[in-house]
Amino acid sequence: MTELPLIGGAPVAVEPHLVGAKIGVVTFPGTLDDRDAARAVRLAGGTAVALWHADTELADVDAVVIPGGFSYGDYLRAGAISRFAPLMSKIIDAANSDAKLPVLGICNGFQILTESHLLPGSMIKNDHLKFLCRDQVLRVENNTTSWTSDYEADQEITVPLKNQDGQYIADDKTLDALEAEGRVVFRYVGWNPNGSRRDIAGISNAAGNVVGLMPHPEHAVEPGFGPESNDGTDGLGFFTSVLNKIVGGAQ
Amino acid sequence: MPRIVVDVMPKPEILDPQGKAIVGALPRLGFTSFSAVRQGKRFELTVDGEVTDAILAQAREAAETLLSNPVIEDVVNVEVVEA
Repeated sequence: MTELPLIGGAPVAVEPHLVGAKIGVVTFPGTLDDRDAARAVRLAGGTAVALWHADTELADVDAVVIPGGFSYGDYLRAGAISRFAPLMSKIIDAANSDAKLPVLGICNGFQILTESHLLPGSMIKNDHLKFLCRDQVLRVENNTTSWTSDYEADQEITVPLKNQDGQYIADDKTLDALEAEGRVVFRYVGWNPNGSRRDIAGISNAAGNVVGLMPHPEHAVEPGFGPESNDGTDGLGFFTSVLNKIVGGAQ
Repeated sequence: MPRIVVDVMPKPEILDPQGKAIVGALPRLGFTSFSAVRQGKRFELTVDGEVTDAILAQAREAAETLLSNPVIEDVVNVEVVEA
């Protein structure tokens, strides 16, 4: 991935032991937030690797971020066509393998993960029918996943939310199972911005290596460029969490 | 050219936000007889040649795997329409 100059000053001390950890960032036709996601990886200290949806190999990455945007223009259903990209079958296999590749789906990436059946449920249009963009408070309800271990249990974080098809739905049996197994990873705090069942903002698979959420942690990684609370860097923990897990696992 | 028509509807138990918006707009135009609207999707798959049972089976499989998401939608109709 092309090096971008860091604007706003690098907020974190780059830790040399993390640089060897490679996180792939997938670009589909219509993806918007791949550059921000790659930047977040680098600000957290890791190495971002650009992956193209038509690739047939995962390039030996240690984890994958499926970023937000409007892949294939949200045609058919958000994420529905991307789910069948050649690279997605590699990602699905790797996520389900014994190696349990960490995968994070953000916004449209979350929609792609539900369409892929890596995560249960689905997203439909916001209950108020409008596109919504705001800073959103979330509660981290599970800090044992690959992507949330650097947060405190029940820590409240603020990251941007921006979507039109953000209403998370699943049948009651699925929702009960998610709750019972601690797989509701993030819940909206203060208000429910889209009608999501049980205020769910993000979930994980049973193993905790696959996490999806609608809000955008990659837009809250740099002081002065994210939400106003906590320097606007509440999203950085996603990326440091997975990097520390990768490096910890390699030691 | 024959076409295979596939109709997909949101599941009955799922609130259809688009249908809700449409039912709200109808009375503003004087259409006051409709108490609910549900919006679905119609796909037309063109076949070059005869629609065999195998091709129809493929269309049904495509309808269940790509054209609809079984979590939120039902395939309510698959039929052949001759041109």
